[in-house]
Amino acid sequence: MAPYEKAFEALGLWSWCDAGATGGPMSMDDLLAKAGAAGSDNAESFPFPSLDVLHKACGAIPRTRDMTAGLERLFLDVKDPVKVVLDPVTQPLSWALRNAIDLMQSLPWWAAILILVAIAHFAGRRIGVTVFVLMAFLGLAFIDHFGYAMQTLAIIMVCTFICVLFGVPIGIAMSRSNRLERWLTPFLDLLQTLPTFVYLIPLIFLFSVTEPKLYGIAIILYAIVPSIRLTNLGIRLVDKDVLEAGEAFGMTSWQKLYRVQLPLALPNIMAGINQTIMLSLSMVVIASLVSAPGLGTLVLRGINKLELGVGLVAGLGIVLLAIVLDRVSRAALQRVNKMHQSRT
Amino acid sequence: MTESFVSIRNLYKIFGNNAPAMVSYAKAGMHKKDMLQAHGHVLGLRDINVEIKKGEITVIMGLSGSGKSTLIRHLNRLVDPTAGEVIVNGTDIMKLDRVRLQQLRRTQMSMVFQKFALLPHETVLRNAGMPCSVRGDGRAKTDETARKWLRRVGLAGSEALYPHQLSGGMQQRVGLARALTSNSELMLMDEAYSALDPLIRSSMQDLLQELQKDLQKTVVFITHDLDEALKLADHLVILKDGEIVQQGEPQYILLNPADPYIEDFVSDINRARVLRVRSVMEKTIAEDDGYEVLDGDETLERAILRSHGAADKSFAVHSDGTRVGTLKMTDVLKALVPTAATGRNHSNV
Repeated sequence: MAPYEKAFEALGLWSWCDAGATGGPMSMDDLLAKAGAAGSDNAESFPFPSLDVLHKACGAIPRTRDMTAGLERLFLDVKDPVKVVLDPVTQPLSWALRNAIDLMQSLPWWAAILILVAIAHFAGRRIGVTVFVLMAFLGLAFIDHFGYAMQTLAIIMVCTFICVLFGVPIGIAMSRSNRLERWLTPFLDLLQTLPTFVYLIPLIFLFSVTEPKLYGIAIILYAIVPSIRLTNLGIRLVDKDVLEAGEAFGMTSWQKLYRVQLPLALPNIMAGINQTIMLSLSMVVIASLVSAPGLGTLVLRGINKLELGVGLVAGLGIVLLAIVLDRVSRAALQRVNKMHQSRT
Repeated sequence: MTESFVSIRNLYKIFGNNAPAMVSYAKAGMHKKDMLQAHGHVLGLRDINVEIKKGEITVIMGLSGSGKSTLIRHLNRLVDPTAGEVIVNGTDIMKLDRVRLQQLRRTQMSMVFQKFALLPHETVLRNAGMPCSVRGDGRAKTDETARKWLRRVGLAGSEALYPHQLSGGMQQRVGLARALTSNSELMLMDEAYSALDPLIRSSMQDLLQELQKDLQKTVVFITHDLDEALKLADHLVILKDGEIVQQGEPQYILLNPADPYIEDFVSDINRARVLRVRSVMEKTIAEDDGYEVLDGDETLERAILRSHGAADKSFAVHSDGTRVGTLKMTDVLKALVPTAATGRNHSNV
């Protein structure tokens, strides 16, 4: 007799259980259990009342396997209506990613390097950083990884742009409403703690693997969090006295936002953007599992085909790209910080 | 000159979840300590009545926690009162909607802050021009006005600098220029000089007095420093635990402190430097008796200096060229003895 049968009997649920009972062994576990039941009976007479154990006693209770299958069915059921809305909304993302990748690859190598170095220079204004960026790209080009690096960079640029485009306004809204902050925070926590692979699972169902927006959405969902959080934090940390001064001179809330709050929160917002860039880079590698082009595909090839050298070099290329992105965005951040130096 | 620009009437401010219900307790005579103990609400201000006269410097003085910063924030409604009314230039500001309140803040009043509260990312010129640009004035006009007032407070040549490149005193000059640029009648100064060191503070006080001579703004000045209060005030309001202990002309308060609290307060100051001859003199319209002439607005310190320490000397006190009284040096000595409280409350002059 299975455990807990007595309990169901005592509760008078026996008929309900019988009605739901499904005849015949349903899973490998059941078969194994049946085979081994004769020998090791009552090895554990008081097991934890999990769904599987209870199912044995009462057929009407679903097994864990049924629950996951149910979740899958639910997801498949809502998939189509969700797609009707989500597909057109996210279409521009596919378009932007495709065009950015094409553009970066269609540029001649010298023009691409020149543009990137120029961007690095104007963002950071630090000669050391500029030289480092130049050397890094020349190095990548020298080992024939320039094209891959450009693809990765194109994806990061598009995704970071969209993260800032949405993350900063969401952060602003969050800073103005405590209720919104309370509601959004667990959601942001979830996005940050969810294992990165898990992002890909529902997205694969929703979109075809050939569409760039599949990995675009995964990257954006993962990387947008620090932009939102640090914008919110930055605005909440704005010197109350300065804000009060703005109010005392009759600023509208719009004027307060763009003359006081945003400029004073800028160091924090920039730190958030720096984090967003770094998170996009880490996600773009994982996204190569779902056809994101770039250096990540080489890493994947290294793993799949055990091509140690290919994987390692590509990995180091990613590190180099990470350092470039970090140094440039950080130099820009420091430049902003300097302007905000001690106002005591 | 004596027309009120701002009237504060029966103002109550109570902090806490159920503030409106607490007003009746406060009106019934409950004080700060009792309310906190009995009801867990903080009585910020209790029954405040102040008339702020046009063109005068009204100084509100009190120690920290006395509610003076809360009070000044009622004048531009950075803080809303729990009960009572604030009338600025004929308008009850409690009746204004958001847009009209902004309009009032833009045109009728300006504010100077203890911690300067300048925009760190904008230049001195843009900071000083902030009231104009908030109003939507053109860049050229804004810059011109800002430049004019920066020059007036002695900051010509610093227009292109950023606030963090200036010292504290200079930053507060920018704060002052910003308030003047708004070209409004009422100037609120919230412990404007408290963060400055004594020498700079003194020179900033002089600057304010000098500006006041030309501009005759209506100034509300908050301070915890009695010397500063006595130096600047035309009308002095002393706050304690959210209540007005005494208000009136500073000289009068000094000679007639209303209660032991104020007595304590005034016991430490250099009375000779603050008291003026006209407050101590005997009002006689006596004929020429051959005494040396002394102006009524001179301080007692000056009188003592003139007497060369002779205790039996007398002066003929003049004001605007006419004889108004006689000052005996014995009276001067009496005036220098700290006065005991008269026990009267709220003696208005």
